[in-house]
Amino acid sequence: MAGAPNAARSFTLHNEHRALARAMLLLLFVVLLAFFAPAFAEPVYPQLSGRVTDEAGLLTPQDKAEIEKALADLEQTSTDQLAVVTVKSLQGYPIEDFGVGLGRKWGIGQKGKDNGVLLIVAPNDRKVRIEVGRRLEPFMTDTMSSLIIQNAILPKFRRGDFAGGIKDGIRDIKSVLLGDAEEVKRRAAGGRTTQDDPSDMMNLFIFLLIFAFIVWINYRQSQVVQSGVPGSRRRGGGVVIIPGGSGSWGGGWSGGGDSGGGWSGGGGDFGGGGASGSW
Amino acid sequence: MIAVTRTFIARPIAFLAIIMAGLSVAGCGINAIPTEEQQAKAAWSEVQSQYKRRSDLIPNLVSSVKGFADQEKSVLTEVTKAREQTTNIQLPPDILTNPEAMKKFQDAQATLSGALGRLMAVVERYPDIKSGQNFLALQSELAGTENRIAIARRDYIEAVRRYNTEISTFPGRLWKMALYPQAKEMATFEVSPEEQKVPKVDFSKP
Repeated sequence: MAGAPNAARSFTLHNEHRALARAMLLLLFVVLLAFFAPAFAEPVYPQLSGRVTDEAGLLTPQDKAEIEKALADLEQTSTDQLAVVTVKSLQGYPIEDFGVGLGRKWGIGQKGKDNGVLLIVAPNDRKVRIEVGRRLEPFMTDTMSSLIIQNAILPKFRRGDFAGGIKDGIRDIKSVLLGDAEEVKRRAAGGRTTQDDPSDMMNLFIFLLIFAFIVWINYRQSQVVQSGVPGSRRRGGGVVIIPGGSGSWGGGWSGGGDSGGGWSGGGGDFGGGGASGSW
Repeated sequence: MIAVTRTFIARPIAFLAIIMAGLSVAGCGINAIPTEEQQAKAAWSEVQSQYKRRSDLIPNLVSSVKGFADQEKSVLTEVTKAREQTTNIQLPPDILTNPEAMKKFQDAQATLSGALGRLMAVVERYPDIKSGQNFLALQSELAGTENRIAIARRDYIEAVRRYNTEISTFPGRLWKMALYPQAKEMATFEVSPEEQKVPKVDFSKP
C-alpha cells in the first residue's frame, strides 16, 4: 500500500498547479490592465447630430437651419468643415481639453487636410472656444480666433443673444477662411493622401513581391508543361493565391460627404490651435 | 530530367510564398513595433516644435512689455534667462530612451513655464500694456501655444505608453526578441499632479 506517499505527492502537485494558475491570473490581469487603463480620464462627449449640435438648446429651428446653410456653403467652396456645438456642461474640464477631444472624436475636417473648425459654446460654464484644425492654424491663427471671440461673439453673448453671437462668429470665421481666394482654391484642391501610413506602403510592397513570386512560379510551371517531358506529372493548375484585404489598406473613404442629413466629420486632426473666451 | 528537378525546386519556393502571403495577410503584428515607434517619434517632434514655437514668441513678448517699472525688471530677466537655458540644453540623440536627459529637458521647460506665468501675472498690474493690441495678440498666441504644448505632451505620453506596452506584452515581446532586439522602452514625461487628476465639477459658479 503506497497510498500515503501518493496522496502527499498529489497534494504538492495540486499546490504547484495552484501557484502556477495564480501566477498566470496575475499576469493576465496585468496585461489586461495595460490594455484597458486609459491614460487620461475623458469627459462624456455629446453625440454628433449634424453641423449644428445644440445640446444646450440655445437655437430656434430657424436659427439652426440658417447656420447649417452657412456651414454647408463653406464646405462647398473650400471643403473646410465648420461645426457648431453647444453643451450643457463641460463636466469640469477646461474648455481647451474638451474642444480638442471633441474635435478629434468627431473628426471634423477632411482626413489629411485637417481643415476642421469647431465653435464650442458652454453657456452654463460661460465659456466659448474656437478650436482650429491643424492645417488651418496658419490661416485661422490664435490671434484671429481671439479677435473674433472678443469682438463678434462675446458682446452678444453678454446680452444673452446666443443665436446672434454664434451667427456673427460663424460669419467672421467664414470670412477669414475664405479671405484669400487663391489660398482657398489651393486648400480645396489639396491632397487627401498627404499622410500616408508607411506600414501601408510596406504591406503593398510585400504584396507585390508575393504576387511577382506567384506569377513567376506559374510561368515556370507552364514552361515545364510545354516542354512535355514524358513522366513529368502536371500538377493541378499551379499556385493561385489571392490575398484578401488585410484591413489596413483600402480604407480612407470615411465620411466627408454631406448627403442629406447624415453629415459626419471626415477624420481631421486637431492640435490645440484656436482661442477661448469667457463672459 | 532537368524539368523534373525544376518542379522540385519550384515547390519549396511556392510553399515559402504561401507562408509569406499568410504572414503578411494575417496582420500578425510584425509591423506593430516599428509603427508604434515611428508614431512616438512623431509625437516627440511635435512636442519639440511646440516648445520651439513658445521659445520664438518670447523675444517679441519681452519687447512688448518693456514699459515696466524698474522693480518689475527682474521678472523679465528671469524669463530671458530661463529661455536661454532651454535653448542651450544639448539634447542627446538617444533622448527618447534616456530618462535622465528627458528629465533635464523637462525641468528646463518647466522653469520657463513658471517664469512666463509670473510675467503674465505681473502684466495684469499694467493696464496700458495689457490693453495694447500688440500685447493682446501675443497673449493669445502664447495661450494657444501653451495649449498646444499640453496637447502635444499628452499625445506623446500616450504614444509612448502604446509603444512600451507593445514591446513588453505578448505578441510584441516575441517580435521584439525575433526581429527588433534594439527596441528599448521610451522615457516619458512625468505628468504633474494637476494634469492627472480628474477635475471636480464646481456647482457654485453661475
